[in-house]
Amino acid sequence: METHEHSETCREVFALLSEYLNLELPPDACREIEQHLAGCAPCVEFAESLRKTVELCRRYQPTELPGPLGQTARAQLLEAYQKMLAARRAAP
Amino acid sequence: MEHFRAKIFHYSWLMCGQREDAEEVAQETLLKVFESFGHLREPERVRPWVFRIARNECLMKRRKSVFAPAKELSLDQFLPAQDQRDGRVQLQIADWSGLPEDQVLNAELRAELQRAIGELPENYRTVILLRDIEELSTQETAHILDLSDDVVKTRLHRARLAVREKLDGYLGGRGEHHGNA
Repeated sequence: METHEHSETCREVFALLSEYLNLELPPDACREIEQHLAGCAPCVEFAESLRKTVELCRRYQPTELPGPLGQTARAQLLEAYQKMLAARRAAP
Repeated sequence: MEHFRAKIFHYSWLMCGQREDAEEVAQETLLKVFESFGHLREPERVRPWVFRIARNECLMKRRKSVFAPAKELSLDQFLPAQDQRDGRVQLQIADWSGLPEDQVLNAELRAELQRAIGELPENYRTVILLRDIEELSTQETAHILDLSDDVVKTRLHRARLAVREKLDGYLGGRGEHHGNA
């Protein structure tokens, strides 16, 4: 098995993939990346795994919830909440 | 209130690592939100404002506990190895094609993801939590963390690469590595 070196363009694309996926790159840079991806299967495969990583993060739903508030903490929060509402009602 | 409390709890739990600390951060954050709501200049930006308060509360907790020095992740450490087989260049990564796109994460995958995020250095973990889990914008995240947009982008990319690599190891461990057949 022969080890293969990444090309300079592959490295440049690798460095910009998140910004590309986030649509945060200028159109020229996007075009260059897309041109490279069109002819580079390994970069496509890597970009796809990164895209799926982001997708998994977005679908991640925590199962752990905070425990119920104690009586004192609940009373403290409710008081602060009511003061906030009163201040908002009084504001011009 | 419970919705926000759960959100803050979860962010704080992944940041502080302790349930008890996260409970306290969530409670303190909500108190500060209610007490200083009148100072909020742009009500449409309430979510970043709440997370900024939560982040500061987490920092306070960290100061009281064991101090973990910031660690930097380099880009090159995540560049996957490649090899050439049958005249074709192939990455030495797992096969991600079977991963379900539109389903609720199963418990095992969710636990792996949670572990991968939890193992990130704190300065990267906070960015991926705000950007990819809470889906706040680059600008909002930069505001919360007192960072430039460019630093947020850099850290997000490296955090994603680190999480991707951990998940790749998990998928590979399930016998889904390319060429392992």
